[in-house]
Amino acid sequence: MRVNVTVNGVERQADDVWPGESLLYVLRERLGLPGAKNACEQGECGSCTVYLDDVPVCSCLVAAGQAEGREVRTVEGLADGEQLHPVQQAFVDRGAVQCGFCTPGLIVAAHDLIERTAEPTDAEIREALAGNLCRCTGYEKILDAVRQAAAKKAGVA
Amino acid sequence: MTTGGIGESPLRPDGGLKVRGQYAYSSDLWLENMLWGATLRSPHPSARILSVDTSAALAMPGVHTVLTYKDVPGENVYGLKLQDTPVLAEEVVRYQGEPVALVAAEHPETARRAVKAIKVEYEVFEPVLDPELVAHSPDAPQVHPGGNLVRHQRILKGDPDATADVVVSGVYEIGMQDQAFLGPESGLAVPDGDGGGVHLYLATQWLHVDQRQTAKALGLPVEKVKLTMSGVGGAFGGREDLSIQVHACMLALRTGRPVKMSYNRQESFFGHVHRHPAKMYYEHGATAEGDLVYVRARLYFDGGAYASKTPVVVGNGTTLGVGPYNVPNARIEAWGVYTNNPPCGAMRGLGAVQPTYAYESQMDKLAAALGMDPADLRIRNAMSEGSTTVTGQVVDFPAPVAELIQRVKDMPLPEPSGSDILQLPGGAANTTHGEGVVRGVGYGVTIKNISYAEGLDDYSTARVRLEVVDGEPVATVHTAAAEVGQGLITVQQQIARTELGVQQVVLHPCDTDIGDAGSSSASRQTYITGGAVRNACRAVRAKLQELAGSEDVPDIAAVLGDEVIEETREYHHRKTYPLDPETGQGNAHVQYGFSAHRAVVDVDTELGLVKVVQLDCAQDVGKAINPDAVVGQIHGGSAQGLGLAVMEEIQVAEGRIRNPSFTDYLIPTILDMPPMTVDVVERPDPHAPYGVRGVGEPPTISATPAIANAIRAATGLELPRVPIRPEYIIDLTDGGS
Repeated sequence: MRVNVTVNGVERQADDVWPGESLLYVLRERLGLPGAKNACEQGECGSCTVYLDDVPVCSCLVAAGQAEGREVRTVEGLADGEQLHPVQQAFVDRGAVQCGFCTPGLIVAAHDLIERTAEPTDAEIREALAGNLCRCTGYEKILDAVRQAAAKKAGVA
Repeated sequence: MTTGGIGESPLRPDGGLKVRGQYAYSSDLWLENMLWGATLRSPHPSARILSVDTSAALAMPGVHTVLTYKDVPGENVYGLKLQDTPVLAEEVVRYQGEPVALVAAEHPETARRAVKAIKVEYEVFEPVLDPELVAHSPDAPQVHPGGNLVRHQRILKGDPDATADVVVSGVYEIGMQDQAFLGPESGLAVPDGDGGGVHLYLATQWLHVDQRQTAKALGLPVEKVKLTMSGVGGAFGGREDLSIQVHACMLALRTGRPVKMSYNRQESFFGHVHRHPAKMYYEHGATAEGDLVYVRARLYFDGGAYASKTPVVVGNGTTLGVGPYNVPNARIEAWGVYTNNPPCGAMRGLGAVQPTYAYESQMDKLAAALGMDPADLRIRNAMSEGSTTVTGQVVDFPAPVAELIQRVKDMPLPEPSGSDILQLPGGAANTTHGEGVVRGVGYGVTIKNISYAEGLDDYSTARVRLEVVDGEPVATVHTAAAEVGQGLITVQQQIARTELGVQQVVLHPCDTDIGDAGSSSASRQTYITGGAVRNACRAVRAKLQELAGSEDVPDIAAVLGDEVIEETREYHHRKTYPLDPETGQGNAHVQYGFSAHRAVVDVDTELGLVKVVQLDCAQDVGKAINPDAVVGQIHGGSAQGLGLAVMEEIQVAEGRIRNPSFTDYLIPTILDMPPMTVDVVERPDPHAPYGVRGVGEPPTISATPAIANAIRAATGLELPRVPIRPEYIIDLTDGGS
């Protein structure tokens, strides 16, 4: 089948899509956007998180056909050209990245949190990121990064 | 003046790409005409293969080839320590998940369906399952010809039969932990066309050992098998053994097309080795004042179907088996055996995690028997510089064990839990408002050998090039050392900046065009590859000084002009020796790392739920090359230790994995991890480059017993097995004893 989807503001078309393919597979293997990661394929780890019409989803759990005619925003679509988004910059600055495999999903989840919540408490940060597994960092520096990004957005840093 | 040298915390050079989603992991690789590989695995823990029929799979549209052991071009056997593992099973399968056949197809789903279409007839056998029974039953069915014992080691010190005023004993068990790295095993093999060779892009911990094993299995000279590192999505020991390496190359060479393989999560649980489960019998004797008199221990490690790192687990488990304490008399004995359980091998803290859990449980039990504070008992018996280990090795470098314990003991304790349900065990599930919740504090301390041991020369190689680019001096560092997330690339840049006084340091892609770097394991790379980069930089620096005609070279670009200086150097750590086979005596280890944890837990005694409230750590790192990265290692290691304490276990029944998914194999989330205070202590090791001490493993090891001891302190239960399950705490099973 053919899937038409707007990805990071660009209308894209994928042909010969097998109906069992996920949105994640189409992004990674057919549209050249491997930023969203495949780590569990059952919605447990959050590594494949993307926006689907402004709502973060595990793209491994979304059938490609469900994205027909809709808008997708991936981790590749968050920076403004050379300028990293403050969430991305904070992850780099605060050492929240080690192997980095979970990072794209966490960036999207954290981006969504600070868009929705002006100055999230630690409890709110933990709740918002509870669906994203990281095996390297122990999460302490991820908390630091989200605090920094939220403060920057609130204009207090 | 350069910035970002040794002792600073410059940012990772790969951070920008990683946060943009543009860093190329091995599972992201793609070529226009590539095929997808898939693996048929044994459904049985033990069986004879009667027949394999690949005709239906081969007939499927989109399938390019189906391969079995008959298609292995070279030797169908490999292994890190013992050559015992087939590339593809021949007559028998020895564990559930053992690779039997391979498929290459146009689409991954086609490949998966073709795998299902391969018909294999098995004669199923009763699996060999109990490692303790196996160790003492020479007549048990043999998993491999030659018997089921992989390694037995005994260590005797002083009077092994010594007696003491106060004696405590216990039997401790540890479940099978998984590395659970997030990036699946994956790679892309590209045939080199007319040359008959292959180029493999992959995620691994040690390029050269993969190259040697792969070339042998392919029947090719090593120079025909080139390996290049792709992005590695975590490792933790789970990428030491081969997974896709030979398989992807076989498919590529047979089809003449690039072949990509990428396991899904379920296959990943079958596609790599796990941490050895263990059963450990310990007896500690002490004087009435609290001085350790003796330790006697027997440890049984279940290696599963293939040896992998089992010999090293036995070596580490015995030599480190009494912990960082002065013990005048000891008899420590360990067996590592074959069974038909999932194969076990390297995981962070190799061979030290198991005994540390046991001896630290014993130290709390001993403190209780003596009526002493558990931290004070540990401090009283702590090893220090000049101590002699149970193998007779004198510790000739700082060993500030007592200081580390004192430091975590002195850290402020958290407030009592209030009524905020989010802070209580069960969290948002709203399972308690504080009733039935009790608090406990526990300690855990460890000793871990750094680098390979028992006589191995695990050296590293670095090539450093210095030239002028656009008027600026630029250094290029080339090693084969695996960046697995720990920040080794940052460390290499820092060393080059400090040694050369050059700001711009470029990292050459990591590949087999340079000499061996050894493995990114055993907490060894900053030490060993750091030493190689230092040596190469100093050789370059000497050439530069020669060129300048002076020691001081204030303007490198002016001196260098169009000249290019390139030097390659190795670093070899000081020599170690094998253990005496009878007494276990010997200077087996290069260096030790030490860490201490204090855990504070709240336990809901009605539901058995545990909330780790705070987890603090003090660790001696010798010299922190990159302090922020060191803290990151301690955070992450502690999280894996927490996982083992309360949630992580591959549950194996009758040789079969019952929970091969992230739904059922739980690793800590951000809600499970408490705030941590980390105290980085720097007592330089005079034998190591810059005084460094390996960092990565110790915090994984000492976190687990600290949490277990805290849960025991809260509940009064013995809890001899980790991970501690809720049912142990509410005593539905005998796990709580």
